Amino acid sequence: MIKMGAKTLFSHTMRIAWKDLTELFRNRFGLVLLIVMPLFMMVMVGFIYPSNGTVSNLQVGLVNEDSGFNNIYFSQNFTAGLQTLNTQTHLLVITNVSSVADIKDMVQKGNLEGGIIIPSNFSQSLLTGQQGTLIIVSDESNPQISATINAALKGVFDAMGTAIAQQNVAPLNATNTLAVVQPFKVQTQGVVSGNPSYFDFIAPGIMAMTVMMSVMTGLPVAISQEKEVGTMDGMMVAPINRLSIILGKTLGQTARGLLQGVIILLLAVGLFSVAIHGSILLVFAMLLLGVFSFVGLGIVITSFTKDQETAQMLMMTLMFPMMFLSGVFFPIQQMPWYMQDISKALPLTYASDALRKVMVLGAGIPAISTDLIVLIVFGAVMIAIAVPVFRRMMTR
Amino acid sequence: MPTVSSIIEVKNLTKMFKKFTAVDDISFDVKKGEIFGLLGPNGAGKSTTLRMLSTLARPTKGTATIGGFDIVKDDNEVRKLIGIVSEKMIMYNRLTAKENLWFFGSLFNIPKEVLTKRIDELLELVQLTQWKKAQVGTFSTGMRQRMNVVRALLNTPRVLFLDEPTLGLDPQSSVEIREFIRKLNRENGTTVIITTHMMVDADLLCDRIAIVDHGKIVALDTSANLKKIISGADTTIIKLVIPNLSPILIEKLQALKCADAVTQENSTELKVLVHGNEAFDNVIDAIRENGGKISSMENLQPTLEDVFLHITGHQVRDSADQKIPLEHGPRFGATQRRIR
Repeated sequence: MIKMGAKTLFSHTMRIAWKDLTELFRNRFGLVLLIVMPLFMMVMVGFIYPSNGTVSNLQVGLVNEDSGFNNIYFSQNFTAGLQTLNTQTHLLVITNVSSVADIKDMVQKGNLEGGIIIPSNFSQSLLTGQQGTLIIVSDESNPQISATINAALKGVFDAMGTAIAQQNVAPLNATNTLAVVQPFKVQTQGVVSGNPSYFDFIAPGIMAMTVMMSVMTGLPVAISQEKEVGTMDGMMVAPINRLSIILGKTLGQTARGLLQGVIILLLAVGLFSVAIHGSILLVFAMLLLGVFSFVGLGIVITSFTKDQETAQMLMMTLMFPMMFLSGVFFPIQQMPWYMQDISKALPLTYASDALRKVMVLGAGIPAISTDLIVLIVFGAVMIAIAVPVFRRMMTR
Repeated sequence: MPTVSSIIEVKNLTKMFKKFTAVDDISFDVKKGEIFGLLGPNGAGKSTTLRMLSTLARPTKGTATIGGFDIVKDDNEVRKLIGIVSEKMIMYNRLTAKENLWFFGSLFNIPKEVLTKRIDELLELVQLTQWKKAQVGTFSTGMRQRMNVVRALLNTPRVLFLDEPTLGLDPQSSVEIREFIRKLNRENGTTVIITTHMMVDADLLCDRIAIVDHGKIVALDTSANLKKIISGADTTIIKLVIPNLSPILIEKLQALKCADAVTQENSTELKVLVHGNEAFDNVIDAIRENGGKISSMENLQPTLEDVFLHITGHQVRDSADQKIPLEHGPRFGATQRRIR
């Protein structure tokens, strides 16, 4: 008897999911949006936060005020060196500017993104045994770019300074002049090989978010829509277990969410060359676990939303804080402590964290066990709350 | 007394939405094979009654059984026996006619071969066979309504509920739907419960009619017997044509002791329900005294509309000129009692 019940529950669940997916695939415009939405998200957040490796052709003005020392213009060596280095990296586009005021003017007009000033005493200082000063002019209205220019120029100056120092210490006949000038050498090494970009950071988060949102917000929208149109009555007058309605809808939404997840994954790998270091199976298992952890919450929200409009508004209200607080776009560590605390209460935080570890760092199950436990417990507790709430709603 | 032949038994059914009582303590039986109508204005509680009987809403108080099964305790058993044609179209626009029927049919655990055959039969029955592979979103209103009706017949229900089945349909489609319901009732012996605010539907279709107003059944009988309430009583319906009809004149007529209800049909026409031997004289006197001219006066045969008017004091399709009755109308089994 129970076996029979389980069998029909399953078959009705599948019917309802099939019906939902048929409707989805017949809606061409909706399908296009299904692909376009994650694409937009990836492109926008991906390009707004450029990683250093991708920056090039920064417009920089150069003012050479060097008045020389004994007719030796050291700045000439410097600019020549700068040009040589730049032909290799294409980091900068250098424009010669006559005065500091011109740099300011051009930055204001948006023609330049920063500037380099070689002061008048540059050669004098260097040739009289003092430090030569170089001034970097930065555009305060654009902190992101000026930080990049600062870092880039410092790197260039360091390299050139080191070269000069190496020449200076040459008479010491050291075996390795570089070791004399720079006794320490810093090497950065990632946990995995390769050169991860910001896309590697956000792709797992966006995947986790999209898939989980599909059940948390898609479910209330889909069910309230059927209630409003009246088709819900058609299912309700059939002698079926009420659970199969919510399960079927959940299955349909999950499939839709996973489809979107796959689209994001393909875009990430194909268009933004994100590398997946972990097991792809584990990636999907994580996405499904994410769905599981949100099903209960989705059902509770469904039980409390009467019409589609409310469901839509609720979706927006929940989606935004979730997006920003769960470390999908920004590292949690950047946030003030109280926001970090909120973030720790959101299941999406754990799902995106785990997914990131698997995809970017190639982590296995043991490494993400905390995330797994949190998601399973959260999901189980929410479902335990949701089932009685849902039953009450259905018998209204 | 419930009899063997009643398929639906309703006892003290009540539905409250917060403090508003939508259905107020109603009781009635429906016989097997009967076409039973719930007639009343919008908001009278017809649809809520239907929703409770079809297990879509839970009664606040009272019980009802269908085929011996309790609508709350044995809801799934009840569901197997019933079909419902809702005022809203129950179908998915992006699915084809066949897919829609297949989806809803599969929820009833009908074996595949049986269901396939049944779907073909039903589509043939409403002449939609050639459209079976078209998405129902492309259908006309008439086609959609036919789909809506056959969807409810997938499980070969013994009781069919129809909520305003002719609402928004052109006269031709309305006739078709009525024919269809009658055929279904005659050939399959399906019991039909229909809610409507259309007098025509009720009059032409129903074996018995329950007149519902403000959540209560105010009269229940056959159409012919309901009309006898008027002709049997000393109530007369007069149609008056008064070229210089004025609001004051209507007020004066409403104030008459012998007038049960006065309704304005158009700018010159009045319908007056009167009782008593001197009613005619009183009405004519009242019109004359107030300067009215009578160009025509006619004694009308009672319609269901008049019955409704007579019992509730207002019209079904909302009430322009109402006369609130001094006494409340009778509740149940109205024919036995005389109503003033």
